[in-house]
Amino acid sequence: MSLVRAETLGKVYNTVGVPVPAIRDVSFAIEPGAFVAFVGPSGSGKTTLLNMIGTLDPPTSGKLWVVDTDVSTLGRRHAAEFRGRHLGFVFQDFNLIPVLTAAENIEYPLLMVQRRPAAERRERVHKMLEAVGIVELADKRPDQLSGGQKQRVAVARALVTNPQLVLADEPTANLDSATAHRVIELMRAMKDQFGTTFIFSTHDPRVMAEAEVTFRLTDGSLDQGPPAGSTRHG
Amino acid sequence: MVDILRIASRNLWRYSRRTLLTTLLVSLGILAVLLFKGVAGSFKTLMVGQITDSMLGHLQVHRKGYVASIDNLPLNLNLRPPQVERIEAALKSLPAVEAWSARVKFGAMFSNFTETTNIRLVGVEPADEFRTVPLLPGRVSNGSSAGRLLAPGQLLVPELLARGMKVKVGDTVVLVATNKDGSVNGQTFLVAGILASATGPGGRDGYVHIRDARTLLRMAEPEVSEVAIRLRALGEVRPVQRALEATLGGQVNPQGQPAFEVHPWEALTPFATIVRMIDLLTLFMQVMLVAIVLISIMNVMVMAVFERVREIGTIAAIGTKPGRILGLFVAEGLLLGVLGTAVGTAISLGAIWGLNLLKLTYKFGQADNLVLAPTLAAGDVLFIGALAILAAVLASLQPALKASRMDPIQALHHV
Repeated sequence: MSLVRAETLGKVYNTVGVPVPAIRDVSFAIEPGAFVAFVGPSGSGKTTLLNMIGTLDPPTSGKLWVVDTDVSTLGRRHAAEFRGRHLGFVFQDFNLIPVLTAAENIEYPLLMVQRRPAAERRERVHKMLEAVGIVELADKRPDQLSGGQKQRVAVARALVTNPQLVLADEPTANLDSATAHRVIELMRAMKDQFGTTFIFSTHDPRVMAEAEVTFRLTDGSLDQGPPAGSTRHG
Repeated sequence: MVDILRIASRNLWRYSRRTLLTTLLVSLGILAVLLFKGVAGSFKTLMVGQITDSMLGHLQVHRKGYVASIDNLPLNLNLRPPQVERIEAALKSLPAVEAWSARVKFGAMFSNFTETTNIRLVGVEPADEFRTVPLLPGRVSNGSSAGRLLAPGQLLVPELLARGMKVKVGDTVVLVATNKDGSVNGQTFLVAGILASATGPGGRDGYVHIRDARTLLRMAEPEVSEVAIRLRALGEVRPVQRALEATLGGQVNPQGQPAFEVHPWEALTPFATIVRMIDLLTLFMQVMLVAIVLISIMNVMVMAVFERVREIGTIAAIGTKPGRILGLFVAEGLLLGVLGTAVGTAISLGAIWGLNLLKLTYKFGQADNLVLAPTLAAGDVLFIGALAILAAVLASLQPALKASRMDPIQALHHV
């Protein structure tokens, strides 16, 4: 059973009354444990597609299943609940909460989203700090961390709830190439360690090369056959 | 909840200067209201005490129609002995009643043998009167010291009249009065004391013994103009008034109308308006406080939401439910309100304590050297605090709702 399955998925934005198609009849499937990249130039629809998979933006046509759930019709509240339970997010700008320490940022989804007991939170946060290799930075605030360190915290925050799927929109865009490489390596290591599926978008050819499965998007359509490990229809 | 408050408090300290300024503003509002309430309340209590304890009593019972023509001191509207008995029986059955005094009020000519003037007089049973209006003995100066301030044949002369007529303690004067049938009678009296004026109606009346009043007025039976009543607590005025009206309401005159009328002290003195004004000002101050809290906290919270749009987008994207986001921002408003209230209340209590140490004095009407002793009831402090905190929560509700309804994608891309 695929973790993510899209059937003739489409998204049209109405910009001042003019329909602008962002995704055109895209069909694909992503298997559990995959390390997937959506690649393409700016405006190709990578972010829109990731937002739809992340239940942040509903599709205008077609069907989309994520973790056995038809997410194309989820309401606002249910979508939030779904994200909190099954998904993790890594953002291009890290988006850490400035008033919280690294450990508290990692703890945030356990506390505010999943409302786990304190002992469990402590244990899981420590485990994630170790996994991403920043135990010594636990008490630092985001403004005391480098870009790479911030993205490690963000990856830990995305993984701390044991999600089945982590979505990362341009996770390396604000990092130098060496750091970008290390962050991608970290994500792959996390995938291997926790069995989590990673889907990220990028337009950086060096990052693309690190993906196990690559979907190429041009003008909202998938334009190349995917490598082994994934399937594509339509 | 504790976790939300913890995160909210950190968010507040992120903009510490703004938080401190808002706290200060709320504190000043609280200070203004509590200080005003304390000082005005002290003034009000003292003023009400002066009025009720030096002449009016807390309640008065008259024959129906007496109060409407009270300035004429109508002798034909006095209460007859059976009516007085009924009133006294009703008063005895009420535990809230501490004391009462039956009075005969009348007008007379006052002569010092060389000059003559008018005087308003109250005939009283001294022991009853002094228990009913306990500040009255304190108004008597130069009085005899035997503890018996007003014996039959004696007169307490109002200060201003004594000065104008050059009368002093120990002098003999003549009172001439006309009774309800038009018959004139005169009697000599010994001036037993000079009575300091009190503010309000009746504050410049002279006092004689009730037996002398009845003799002077040649009453065929012991009539009474009014019964003044003192209660154990000021707060009992309404219940006792209702109870008396219920008990005495059944009594009707030959015309089938109620025979008695019961008035609380407020209905008998124009100074009650000042009391109502103080209450109105206190209410106005509270409205101002709510306005200050609403405006200052709403302003801060609108700014906080505006500055943290991307952060709101992030927490919404990772699955924080709208209700939790709402809670987070309301908690910030709540904490600002609680902080401002706590600081404001602490400063207010300190200021009230300081004012009590200073023992400031002031004058009310004829009463001088009244010590300003502001106090605050715990209930008032709690009410004002709760009001400010409620206003703070209300003020943060709109910005918090806005935050909770944000579209995560738009919020994440906010610049």
